[in-house]
Amino acid sequence: MRGALEEWREELINVEHLVKAFGPKLAVNDVSFSVERGEVLGFLGPNGAGKSTTMRMITGYYPPTSGRITVGGHDMVEDPIAAKRLIGYLPENAPGYADMTVNGFLHFCAELRGLQGDSRKRAVHRAVELCFLDAVLYQSIDTLSKGYKHRTCLAQSLIHDPDVLILDEPTDGLDPNQKHEVRGLIKRLGETKVVIFSTHILEEVEAACSRVIIIDRGRIVANGTPAELKARSPEGRLEDVFREITLPDTVHHAHARPAAAAEVSA
Amino acid sequence: MNAWANIRTIMKRELAGYFTSPIAYVFLVIFLLLTGFFTFTIGNFFERGEASLVSFFTWHPWLYLFLVPAAGMRLWSEERRLGTMELLLTMPITNSQAIIGKFLASWLFLALALALTFPVAITVNYFGDPDNGVIIAGYVGSLMLAGSYLAVSCMTSALTRNQVISFILSVMICLFLILAGYTPVTDLLTRFVSPVVVDIVAAFSVMTHFESFQRGVLDARDVVFFASVIGFMLFTTGVIIRNQRAG
Repeated sequence: MRGALEEWREELINVEHLVKAFGPKLAVNDVSFSVERGEVLGFLGPNGAGKSTTMRMITGYYPPTSGRITVGGHDMVEDPIAAKRLIGYLPENAPGYADMTVNGFLHFCAELRGLQGDSRKRAVHRAVELCFLDAVLYQSIDTLSKGYKHRTCLAQSLIHDPDVLILDEPTDGLDPNQKHEVRGLIKRLGETKVVIFSTHILEEVEAACSRVIIIDRGRIVANGTPAELKARSPEGRLEDVFREITLPDTVHHAHARPAAAAEVSA
Repeated sequence: MNAWANIRTIMKRELAGYFTSPIAYVFLVIFLLLTGFFTFTIGNFFERGEASLVSFFTWHPWLYLFLVPAAGMRLWSEERRLGTMELLLTMPITNSQAIIGKFLASWLFLALALALTFPVAITVNYFGDPDNGVIIAGYVGSLMLAGSYLAVSCMTSALTRNQVISFILSVMICLFLILAGYTPVTDLLTRFVSPVVVDIVAAFSVMTHFESFQRGVLDARDVVFFASVIGFMLFTTGVIIRNQRAG
């Protein structure tokens, strides 16, 4: 008899004092936050700020140097399989096996998610519809345009209808119509799940997020609703807030970053 | 419990990957042409006048030296280049399942290539009366040898996203595994060091163990040797893949 409200407040992701070091460089430095079901969390930050690294730790790709990640109550380091089951992940640049067809790729991913037979067919069909992939279903991935390739990988992340969606730059390389579609999709999915997505498009944050975290040089420098953040600037514009928080470092970055950033994104 | 299901899924994809690209066909044709050339032309299959596949199997360590790394160099380097490694390793599967699945798929592919040499076995049975037990032992040894080289390639391909580097490293390591027990090299070594040392070095060589298969001896120690090379190399692959992400 625990009501829907109880479930609504379910904390699906909890990150405590997360640190990731690559050699002497701290890519992520003491990041803590938690996300509840029904929230869409936007990760904002300059290039190389640590957005992707944080996401890679939450999805279990990078082991954290220190700190703790729990997904749906499962510790990502102690019990990675149970934690990974709850997550759908769209990595940066939307990778896919070049020689596979869209259909074959989605079936492969569904199979790794433990879906068999009819339920697998239904899952693939649903993901194909959600991401408008009908036209290219039997085309091999290396012949796809960037937009389709991106949507194929997005479809892969949705295939098992996960509770948690981690999307690294989900609208990168899409045309304005596709961007609009994907934002709508994120918003819709966020009503019943947790969605974390990274972007550097500020309007996207306003359009789709219920909360924003701004990361700069591996640290969280702001955490609040888009409205709260906008209130920090006299003109009420998110762009001003973003620039004010992160600009002093950007100049510094241009000199200190290249080698380390290449390493991190490799 | 569903470990095997995961391994099988990865195996299926990897194996299909060989056949949806030209790699499989180019590899099979070249492998068969070269085995034929070495066996009949350089190995003097007919002039020997004996009903055995010695002239066929003798060349396998050298043939595999280039062909097996060619088949295995893309295993992990391709995953890294395409970025699909991130996708694969964030799936609810373990590293070992991914590594074993990919390895088994390639090994199965090499086994297929080896199986397609069956006309040689038929020829020798048609012309003479060979000891087929020796021939079977020879095939088992050859498959174990291919598996060991493949495990080496698997390890080197995890080291780099560059397939050429992966190929060269793997050829070098396999060459060492051959030369440590290659008779001209061990003969040379005995002039400088005591025979005990030579024996120890030779024990690490695939040649020593491969040759006893060719004599028709199925010795558990030889099987254990190849199995340990494979096990060790795959374990190292796992360590490399984990360490790359540990930063």
